[in-house]
Amino acid sequence: MTNKEYIESGILELYVAGALSEAENEAVYQKLLKNPDILDEVLKIEAAIIKLTAATSPTDSKYIFPAVKEALGLNTSDSQVVTLPRQPKTNWLAYTGWAASVLLAGGLIWLLNQNRALQTEIKTVEAEINKQHIDNQLLEEQIHTARANLKEANKLLDVIRDKEIIAVPLPGQDVYPEAYAKVYWDKKANTIYLDAQGLPEPPRGKVYQVWSLTLSPLSPTSLGTLDDFANDDNKVFTITNTNASEAFGITLEPAGGSETPTMEQLYTLGAVQTTP
Amino acid sequence: MQLELLVSKFQSKDEKAFEALYNMYSDSMHGVIYNIVRDNDIAEEVMQDVFIKAWHNASSYSAKKGRFFTWLINIARNAAIDKTRSKTFKNSKKNLDATFFVDILENQDNLNSQTDAIGIKKFVKKLAKKCIEVIELLYFKGYTQKEASKTLEMPIGTIKTRNRNCINELRNMLDVSP
Repeated sequence: MTNKEYIESGILELYVAGALSEAENEAVYQKLLKNPDILDEVLKIEAAIIKLTAATSPTDSKYIFPAVKEALGLNTSDSQVVTLPRQPKTNWLAYTGWAASVLLAGGLIWLLNQNRALQTEIKTVEAEINKQHIDNQLLEEQIHTARANLKEANKLLDVIRDKEIIAVPLPGQDVYPEAYAKVYWDKKANTIYLDAQGLPEPPRGKVYQVWSLTLSPLSPTSLGTLDDFANDDNKVFTITNTNASEAFGITLEPAGGSETPTMEQLYTLGAVQTTP
Repeated sequence: MQLELLVSKFQSKDEKAFEALYNMYSDSMHGVIYNIVRDNDIAEEVMQDVFIKAWHNASSYSAKKGRFFTWLINIARNAAIDKTRSKTFKNSKKNLDATFFVDILENQDNLNSQTDAIGIKKFVKKLAKKCIEVIELLYFKGYTQKEASKTLEMPIGTIKTRNRNCINELRNMLDVSP
C-alpha cells in the first residue's frame, strides 16, 4: 500500500477521532514516524477537526483556565494576569474622585459666600466704627468745650471771689432803667471783666461802648465797643483798663463807636467805691 | 514550540506548557462538551474537571497511543457523557439523543470570535445528512468505528471513506494548513 493509498483509506481521520483500536493506533504512529507526508496529513485533519469542534463552543473558554489552576493549586503570578476581570468593573476610585470634586467645589462656593458675607459684615462694622469714631470726636470736642467753659466759669468765679478785685455795679439809667451791668476790676492785671448780661440786645447798626470816667473833672475815656455782643454766650467781656477809673459807663453808640459818649443813650453807670 | 516538546514539558508539570496546551485546545474541548451537555454552567464545570484530570493523568499519555489532541478529546467526551448520566443531570435535562452538533452551529447567531465560524456555518449548511451523522458520532460523541458502523448500519469500510470525504469537504472549506 502506497502512502497515498494509506491516506485515502480514511484511517487517519479515524486515528484523529480516536476511533481505532490500541493496536491500530500504534501501527499508525509507526507510519507517522517514518512518513512525513502522512504526518502532515494527520496534522491537517486534526486542525480541521479542532476548528469544527471549537465552532460549537458557546463562549470563549480562556476564562475557565484560572479556575483550573486554582483547583490544582497552581496560582502563579502569571495566572493572576489571566484572572483579570472579564467584565469591566465599576471604577469606584474614579467615582469617588468625582464625588470628592463635586463636594470640594460645593465647599468652595459655600466658603466664598461665607467670605463675602463676612466682608460685608466687616464693612458694616467698619462704617459703624467710623461713625462711632466721629461721634467720639464730637463728644470729645463737646467735653473739651465743656471743660473750657467750666474753666472760664471757674476763672470768672475766681475773679468774683478775689478780694483784690473791685466789683462795680452799673445800675440802669433813665433811658433803660431795667438795664444792669457789673464790672470786676483787677487793678493788678489792668483788666476789667464786664458782665453785661443785664443789657438788652443792641438795635441793628448800634453797639455798646464802654467808658472809663474820672469824676472831677468829668472826663470819659473809651475802653472800646462790645462788637460781638449778640454772639457772646455769657456776655462777660474782658477789657484792658490802664486808667485810674472812678466810674464806668455804657452808652449805645452808632456802629464803630464815638469819640465821646452820647449821654442821651447812657444805659448803665456806676462809680467805683473807694476802698476803706 | 514543537507540540512534542510542549507535551513533554506538560508531563513534567510545567505550568506554562499546560497553559499553552489549554489555549490550543480549550475551545475545541468546550465545543465538544457543550454539544453533549447543552448547558453553559455544566459545560464550564466539565471543562474544569477535564483539565484537572489531564494534569493529574498527564503521565498516562503516550504518543504511541495516539495524538495528544485525541487523548484530550477522549477525556472531554467521557467526562461530559458521565455528566449526562448523573442523577442530577437526568432530572433537569430532557433527552438529548436526537440532537447534533449542527444544531448549535445553525442556532448560534454569534459564533463567538472564531475566524472560521462563518466558513464552518456555510460548510454545515451544505453538509449532507450522512456527513453530519458520521462526524457527530466519530468526533463529538467518540464512537469507535465499530460502534459507528453498528449505529449507522453500514460497513466499517463505508464509514471510513464517507468520513474521509466529509472531512475533505471541511478542509476545503477551511483551507486548512497545519
